[in-house]
Amino acid sequence: MLIDFFYTLKKAGLPVSLKELLALLEALEQQVIFASVDDFYHLSRMCMIKDEKYFDRFDQAFGHYFHDLEMIEDFESFLIPHDWLNPDWIKNLSDEDKAKIEALGGFDKLMETLKKRLEEQQKKHQGGNKWIGTGGTSPFGHGGYNPEGVRIGGESRHQRAAKVWEKRQFKNLDGAAEMNTRAMKMALRKLRKFARTGAAEELDLSGTIKSTADNAGLLDLKMRPERHNAVKLLVFFDVGGSMDYHVQQCEELFTAVRAEFKHLEYFYFHNCIYEKLWQDNHRRWEENISTWEVLNTYGDDYHVMVVGDAAMSPYEITEPYGSVEHMNEEPGHVWLRRITEHWKKLVWLNPVPEEYWSYTHSTQMLNKLVNRHMYPLNLNGLQDAIDALAK
Amino acid sequence: MTRFTGTDQYVATDDLQLAVNAAVTLQRPLLIKGEPGTGKTMLAEEVAAAMGKRLLCWHIKSTTKAQQGLYEYDAVSRLRDSQLGDEKVHDIKNYIKQGMLWQAFTADEQVVLLIDEIDKADIEFPNDLLVELDKMQFTVYETGETIVARQRPIIIITSNNEKELPDAFLRRCFFHYINFPDKKTMEEIIRVHHPELKKNMLNAALEVFFEVREVPGLKKKPSTSELIDWIKLLVADDIPIEALQNKSIKEAIPPLYGALLKNEQDVHMLQKLAFMMRRDSR
Repeated sequence: MLIDFFYTLKKAGLPVSLKELLALLEALEQQVIFASVDDFYHLSRMCMIKDEKYFDRFDQAFGHYFHDLEMIEDFESFLIPHDWLNPDWIKNLSDEDKAKIEALGGFDKLMETLKKRLEEQQKKHQGGNKWIGTGGTSPFGHGGYNPEGVRIGGESRHQRAAKVWEKRQFKNLDGAAEMNTRAMKMALRKLRKFARTGAAEELDLSGTIKSTADNAGLLDLKMRPERHNAVKLLVFFDVGGSMDYHVQQCEELFTAVRAEFKHLEYFYFHNCIYEKLWQDNHRRWEENISTWEVLNTYGDDYHVMVVGDAAMSPYEITEPYGSVEHMNEEPGHVWLRRITEHWKKLVWLNPVPEEYWSYTHSTQMLNKLVNRHMYPLNLNGLQDAIDALAK
Repeated sequence: MTRFTGTDQYVATDDLQLAVNAAVTLQRPLLIKGEPGTGKTMLAEEVAAAMGKRLLCWHIKSTTKAQQGLYEYDAVSRLRDSQLGDEKVHDIKNYIKQGMLWQAFTADEQVVLLIDEIDKADIEFPNDLLVELDKMQFTVYETGETIVARQRPIIIITSNNEKELPDAFLRRCFFHYINFPDKKTMEEIIRVHHPELKKNMLNAALEVFFEVREVPGLKKKPSTSELIDWIKLLVADDIPIEALQNKSIKEAIPPLYGALLKNEQDVHMLQKLAFMMRRDSR
């Protein structure tokens, strides 16, 4: 009974348990739904999935199970890019290609052929993942306007009404996807550590009872301070240069940390941390603060987040005078070592997706320098980083 | 048994109806999540109204303990009464206050129990309720009495996603995520709240609303409850339909925008956007 379905979900990395499968079977037995796939989709989702961040993955696995495709990855992005249907790209084609298109009977004919080919593939390969346009003979691969090619699978592109799970409307809620401020705040909240500091304003009931008992029954009120979040956070942001592409992500992170932490200090640097940091980007040359001062001011009880893409020339880390902007007497790695030695709780958040890190030498070097505590700046990465900080 | 199909005041989508009916049939708690302002808390009220059952609300705060839902032992009044020599003091039952779960368990007929904003409580809160929700019974430690549910209440739990709920708890619930309503559902919802509103006015308002929602980078997107408030204001102020029609929000800020946007920065951004558009079109 639905055992294959259960294993399909499991294989897709969804946290499903036997208890939930039994609940689903019970619901089917009680005839909550009547022979409708849409209803079954909703029912199975509400029984098996308990967090909307898994909805997208569930949609894919559900589609996979009901279409019996070969690989779950096949479900990723298989719609025709809009460019293809937009005749504008024709302008970009070479004369040779244009001639070829003419030979095939003009643009409309070409699109017709594409459609037919898609249908053929659907029938022959059951929604397989053949690359259109890489064969060398297909007219779709010549122009070079889409060097990646396009994978075709599923069936929504045939103008058939898309099924609920094919709409993939919960794509944004997947944890590995990008995040928003609110999601970030939730992740940061895990770092909260409550401590009683400040004025004694709250009645300490157990203390009162104890001291009243000690006092032979005469009431002796005890007060204690309220609990407040006592975590202190220090954030270093890389600004300028290649970081311009990640401004929005950094802004969101900044908003989130500002809302969550009372003890928050932040400094900017460029590419790598050297002897100077600054707090106001407009006046970075006039008003800066020596890194030594920062090291001495903020104790080792601070948690540190470094936010940067870690993409630079390796010389900026290894060599004195390696910085692209100024003459630094000591190389970046010396400063980083000082920082990691002073603050034991340190993570590096990198807005560049993890897959690309291995292509940049400096990223690997820095990851090593921060003792492998570099995490991608997405929701999962942030959560891992917070876990590492909270340890 | 009656099936829940929404009420005069509440538009329930098919999947929400299915979720409620499945939870009622299988007697499992239903966990509801969704964007703020999509009617999570209202659902319990409407389910109770539609099924003709009494509603018990247990609103959770950050200081709420699971124990308070079962019962509370008022030691302080007993201490006071003992010093005053009150007769009541000899029976401990006089000082045990029933919590919401107890009331729901021992009610004469099935009730709807709303546990509102469960994520506000301490992280251990849901775990402390596992057995009680599973077995629908608990023991009063002070008297040794066991309270068993006469009938399992319909339990609806809402969460705003401020904390992750423990897996063991989630496994015992059904889960439904109230998606942001599409245009058609939204029209139905507005109809329910403002039946007198003219069709073209409604369309114009909805258009503005969805356009505002699509402005990139808004800190807080307006939600259903804000739309309803806004329309209420539009009607009350007798805003002419021309004020809404044929005007992109990029050209003019919608009238009474304060009801839609609750954040100063968002208002600022809309104004800037409008300014830039005007400048460009010149």
